[in-house]
Amino acid sequence: MGQAITVTVNGEKRSAEVEPRLLLVHFLREKLRLTGTHIGCDTTHCGACTVLVDGTPVKSCTMLAVQADGQQVTTVEGLVAGGVLHPIQAAFKEEHGLQCGFCTPGMMLTSIALLKENQDPSDDEIRWALSGNICRCTGYMNIVKAVKSAAVQMKAAAEVPAATAAARS
Amino acid sequence: MLPAPFEYHAPRSVDEALDLLDQFGDEGKVLAGGQSLIPLLKLRFASPGHLVDINTIKDLDFIEERDGTLRIGPLFRHKAAERSSLLASRYHVMADAAPQIADPIIRNRGTIAGSVAHADPSGDWGTVLLAMDADLILRSKKGTRTVKARDFFSGPFSTALEPTEILSEIRIPAAKPMTGGSYLKLERKVGDFATVAVAVHLVMDDGKVGSAGIGLTAVGPQNLKAEKAEASLKGARLDDAAIKQAAALAAEAADPKADHRGSVEYKRNVVRVFTERGLKRAYERARGGG
Ligand SMILES: Cc1cc2nc3c(=O)[nH]c(=O)nc-3n(C[C@H](O)[C@H](O)[C@H](O)COP(=O)(O)OP(=O)(O)OC[C@H]3O[C@@H](n4cnc5c(N)ncnc54)[C@H](O)[C@@H]3O)c2cc1C
Ligand code: FES
Ligand code: FES
Repeated sequence: MGQAITVTVNGEKRSAEVEPRLLLVHFLREKLRLTGTHIGCDTTHCGACTVLVDGTPVKSCTMLAVQADGQQVTTVEGLVAGGVLHPIQAAFKEEHGLQCGFCTPGMMLTSIALLKENQDPSDDEIRWALSGNICRCTGYMNIVKAVKSAAVQMKAAAEVPAATAAARS
Repeated sequence: MLPAPFEYHAPRSVDEALDLLDQFGDEGKVLAGGQSLIPLLKLRFASPGHLVDINTIKDLDFIEERDGTLRIGPLFRHKAAERSSLLASRYHVMADAAPQIADPIIRNRGTIAGSVAHADPSGDWGTVLLAMDADLILRSKKGTRTVKARDFFSGPFSTALEPTEILSEIRIPAAKPMTGGSYLKLERKVGDFATVAVAVHLVMDDGKVGSAGIGLTAVGPQNLKAEKAEASLKGARLDDAAIKQAAALAAEAADPKADHRGSVEYKRNVVRVFTERGLKRAYERARGGG
C-alpha cells in the first residue's frame, strides 16, 4: 500500500514509498534519520516536533508524510550553512536559550518563521509566537533573550549589503 | 502513535472529492487541517478506511463579502482569520475568537469549517456561528442543502453532516453599519480549550437592538445558542437592566458539568459575567469604539 512521495527536505529532494498513515515526524526521523526533530507529547500539545513546511511552522506529529509530497520541509539539521551556525542557533547558544535541548529545534524553527515576518519583535510578540512550543527547563526568559539577540544580528546582517549597495550608488 | 491503516486520496476538485465520499460512505472521512482528526486517528478513536484530503483542492481558502453575505471557504484557516483586516474591522466576534483558538502552530493548519464539522462542545467556532446566525452549505454528489447553524449541531461531536457531504461554505449575513461583537473565553492556559466562553454579535438599529446573537461554549452537550436571552434584547434599549436580564437568561440556558475546570455554579456564573461584559463591549464597538 506504499505511496510514492517526493519531499524537498533541507533543500534536498528525498523520494520514498510510504504508508499513508506514516506521520511526517516518523518519515523525518526513521526514513531519513533526521533525529533532530523530537517527539515530546505525540498529542499535538508540546511543539517539540515543529518543522517548517513551505516556511510555516507545523507540528510534524500532526501531519501525514503523504501530505508533504511536493513541499519544502526545513528541520533543525537544515539550519547550519557551510559549517556556520544560523544566527538563531548562535543566539540560543550565547544566551543560554536551552538546558536539556529537547524543545530547542522546535523553538528555533518557530522563531525563524516569526523573524521572517517581524524583524524587530517585542518580548510579548516573541512569547505569543512561541506559545505553542513548551519548554520544561528554561522558564523561557533566555529563550526570549535569544530570539531578540538573533533579531538584532539578522537585521544587522540584512542591512550591511544594503548599506554597501547604497554607498556604491 | 500510528493511526490504523487507511487509503489516502488527494482529489483535485470538489466534484472529485464528492465522488470519492459517495463511493466510500461511512468509511470515508474528509481531512482538512487535521488538527482534530489526526490526533483522533492516532488515538484510534476513529479508524476510517479512506481519508479524502481537501488540502490539494485549489480555491477553497477564501473569505469574501458578496451580495450582502460573508462567505468563508472550507480551507480558511484559524491563522487567516486571526490576520484578516475584514474580520477585525467588521466582524469583531470572529476576530476576537481567532487568536484564542488552540496555539499559533495549530492555527497555521486548523480551519474554521473543520472545527465546526468536528463539533466539539468545547470548540469555539460553532458558538461564534450560532451567535452570527450563519448558514452552512452542505454539498454531496446528490446536491446541495443549506442548514442553519442552530439546526446543525445535534450533540457532542454530532452534526447534520452526512458522511458523503462536505461543508463547502459558511455564509453569514454581511455586517450592517452598527454591528459590534465580542468573544470572551476563560482558559487555564494558552492553547487550552475553554472553561467557558461567550460569543456576542450585536446589530443596533436606531438606538435599539436590531438583533443580538449570543452563543455559549463548553457549557452543554454542544455549542449553545442562548435564544431566550437573545429574544429579551430584541427591540430593547441596551441599558444596564436589559443587559443584566439577558445575562441572567444566558446563565439559565447554560447546562454545564462539573469537572477539573470548575463547578457547575462557577461556570454558570462565568456565563453571566461574560454575557454582561460581552454585550457592553459589543455595544461600544457597534458605536464605533473599542
Ligand atoms: C492541543 C489542541 C488544542 C486545541 N484548542 C482548541 C481551542 O481552544 N478551540 C477550538 O475551537 N479548537 C481547538 N482545537 C481544535 C482545532 O481548532 C482544530 O483545528 C479544529 O477542531 C478542526 O479543524 P481542522 O481543519 O483541523 O479539521 P480536521 O482535523 O481535518 O477535521 C475535523 C473533523 O471535521 C471533518 N471535516 C473537516 N473539514 C470538513 C469539511 N469541509 N466538510 C466536512 N467535514 C469536514 C473531518 O472529517 C473530521 O471529522 C485544538 C486542537 C488541539 C490539538
Ligand atoms: S510531539 Fe508533536 S506536538 Fe508534541
Ligand atoms: S530546554 Fe529542556 S525542554 Fe526546553
